[in-house]
Amino acid sequence: MLSRVAERLYWMARYLERVENTARLVGVFGELQLDLPEETGLDWSLPLTMLGQKEAFKSASGDEDELHFLLSSQDNPASLLNALRSARENARTTRDLVPTEAWRTINELYLGSRKRLKEMANRPSSGYGADIIDRCHTITGILDGTMSHGAAFQFVRLGRSLERADMTSRMIEVAAAIMMTGREELRHQDNSVWRAILRALSAYQAYRQYMRRRIEGPQVVAFLLLDELFPRAVMHCVQVLDEAASQLPRNKATRKEITALKARLESVDVEGLDHPSVKRYVDDLQRDFASIGLAVFETWLNPMRITQVR
Amino acid sequence: MSIPGKIHIDWSTYDPGDGFDAVIGPGGQPRPAAAELAHTLGELSPKELADRQKAAEAAILEMGITFTVYSEGENIDRAWPFDIVPRPIARTEWDGVEAGLKQRLRALNLFIDDVYHEQRMVADGRFPGALIKSSKNYLDACQGANPPHGVWANICGSDLVRDKDGTVYVLEDNLRVPSGVSYMLENRSITKLVFPELFRRQKIRSVDDYPAELFNMLVSLSPRPGDDPEVVVLTPGIYNSAYFEHSYLARCMGAELVEGNDLVVGDDDCVYMRAVEGLTRVDVIYSRINAEYLDPDVFVKDSLLGVPGLIRAWRAGNVAIANAPGTGVADDKVVYTYVPEMIRYYLGEEPILPNVPSHQCEDPETLEWVVENLQQLVVKPANESGGYGMLVGPKSTARERKEFAGLVRKNPRNYVAQPVITLSTVPTVIGRKLEPRHVDLRPFILQGADMYVTPGGLTRVALVRGSLVVNSSQGGGSKDTWVVG
Repeated sequence: MLSRVAERLYWMARYLERVENTARLVGVFGELQLDLPEETGLDWSLPLTMLGQKEAFKSASGDEDELHFLLSSQDNPASLLNALRSARENARTTRDLVPTEAWRTINELYLGSRKRLKEMANRPSSGYGADIIDRCHTITGILDGTMSHGAAFQFVRLGRSLERADMTSRMIEVAAAIMMTGREELRHQDNSVWRAILRALSAYQAYRQYMRRRIEGPQVVAFLLLDELFPRAVMHCVQVLDEAASQLPRNKATRKEITALKARLESVDVEGLDHPSVKRYVDDLQRDFASIGLAVFETWLNPMRITQVR
Repeated sequence: MSIPGKIHIDWSTYDPGDGFDAVIGPGGQPRPAAAELAHTLGELSPKELADRQKAAEAAILEMGITFTVYSEGENIDRAWPFDIVPRPIARTEWDGVEAGLKQRLRALNLFIDDVYHEQRMVADGRFPGALIKSSKNYLDACQGANPPHGVWANICGSDLVRDKDGTVYVLEDNLRVPSGVSYMLENRSITKLVFPELFRRQKIRSVDDYPAELFNMLVSLSPRPGDDPEVVVLTPGIYNSAYFEHSYLARCMGAELVEGNDLVVGDDDCVYMRAVEGLTRVDVIYSRINAEYLDPDVFVKDSLLGVPGLIRAWRAGNVAIANAPGTGVADDKVVYTYVPEMIRYYLGEEPILPNVPSHQCEDPETLEWVVENLQQLVVKPANESGGYGMLVGPKSTARERKEFAGLVRKNPRNYVAQPVITLSTVPTVIGRKLEPRHVDLRPFILQGADMYVTPGGLTRVALVRGSLVVNSSQGGGSKDTWVVG
């Protein structure tokens, strides 16, 4: 398959995953605001910081609030609306490989999304967030269930798993950051924060089966980082990355980066992580994700690097 | 069968005027090939008719059947305008049209091959050599080239029109990068959803074979026969107005959809694509890029769409390109006027399908006559497509005619004048009613080792009352076309 096409599939999958995870993040944050006492003073600037959009928001000229900026802004290139548009554009331009039903679902999700995301920004609990997550599941299901599991599919898995691992790590960071605000009122809220994070990742039930004791920070972090079986845990994503890469030709450089990330995960001392060190650790993980992304790009996605006859 | 008390679509109020209507014939009676259709439509209430049209439009939007419009703001792809009422044509009549189209393309290909070799037709005084040299689409770099089977135009989309008396004329032959076939296929799949009962009740020839026929034709051009040839579709990219079609055809054929910078010509003069597995040899390129942009080494130097060295690889016979570069020399509205003569010269046959009578402005006497009669004529530039740059006399203002007279006088070689043809009509959903609207027809003809003609083709319809302009880039719509019987 063409490098350029591989690149579009990879980004289609990344954007779709980003759409789903942004919807999840907004959902959990909206819920947390309802659960936590008002004096904890949580506002929407925190998720913006987590998604790396704080600076862009500050310099944006419009009069949109944080939530509109995050969801429905046309000017914010990283808004959910624009991620969805990019996912659709990448799907539209690889329609020779994307199953027709998947394209249709993506297209339907996009049509009318502008209006609905605006509504969602006005009322985060309006149900549209859950609807987006459902549609993303449908698309994932169609891709897994009807796309031939050749090279094209492996690029979908690479994009999806990398984005998913990245977002799970950011969720852990959100929790740590909330508790790091150091406010007295939050001291006793650990439990609700971690529970909300687990819910946001659809990990609550799986965590309960894995860990029968009460919900505690270090155990949740360990589960979300290291569990090999839960599909949104970072370790699981890394294994999928390795599996996908191993089915592609010329995979040495990429697999080396993946192995390095695995080693970092395996060496973590969860009990010893306090909130500031969680942040540092997640930053390191994100640098590893970026290195893997770069290796994928340089090996397979950059057409100008393809110079050898197969 | 009508249901008492229900209001139905009433054919007695449908007035096709003095033109030829595909459904309602003389005396207000349905034509035989349209009888089932007229009957089924007549059983619908005005609301049901409008509802079916709306359902079809919703399906098009959700299926993402689009064409691209330049500078449309945020969304560059726009839903394809479609009318649910198909255009029926009798099988017996179609057989004659099909034979005429094949005859025409065979002659055109012999002509193009002759142009790039000995130019016998010129030597024999049957074609003016000056026309070749002055053609914008004649490419010197193609002189002496030998495309597979001696065929240059592998895919042709000829535009047909029907006049008042029902005569079918060829209006033009699109030999460069004819588009529209994907819409023909999508129109059929939507019409099957709208009128499933009609497909059960009568025999309508299937059009679904086209992608397979196209693929087989392309494979027949491969320089490495017997092997499993690598066929690619070359697109100018996602901003091109026909991008949907490029992607659609690639998908239906299981071929890679490539852009110029995905391809590279090696030192061995073979073409490769940049694939994740490494450089991969390409055998056949179905090109949807105008020839002059194909190779910046030979043609337009700053073309970013093409592939440096491509013409070298093609001339060496290491890759096939369909349509062959240089084919455009026969896609010229002045050269068009000689097609009947080509049929006589190369095939020794009489043309089955007539041309629209055309006047070349190059002859001074004709030029004067054209300028004086602009109001009764359609004047077209020789090399444009998509309905751009033409004058429709009866619909023009005095000022436009004055401007056009100047243009024609300045460059008479570049203009052809034709009488206004009252295009035939097909009933079309306008609100909750059926009204006649003008149509043309673009069948697609393939020639490689064998020939193939689509049964029917793409019917384009001018949605504005009285309008004769059917191009989708100028507000036209389209319909399914049924060869019935």
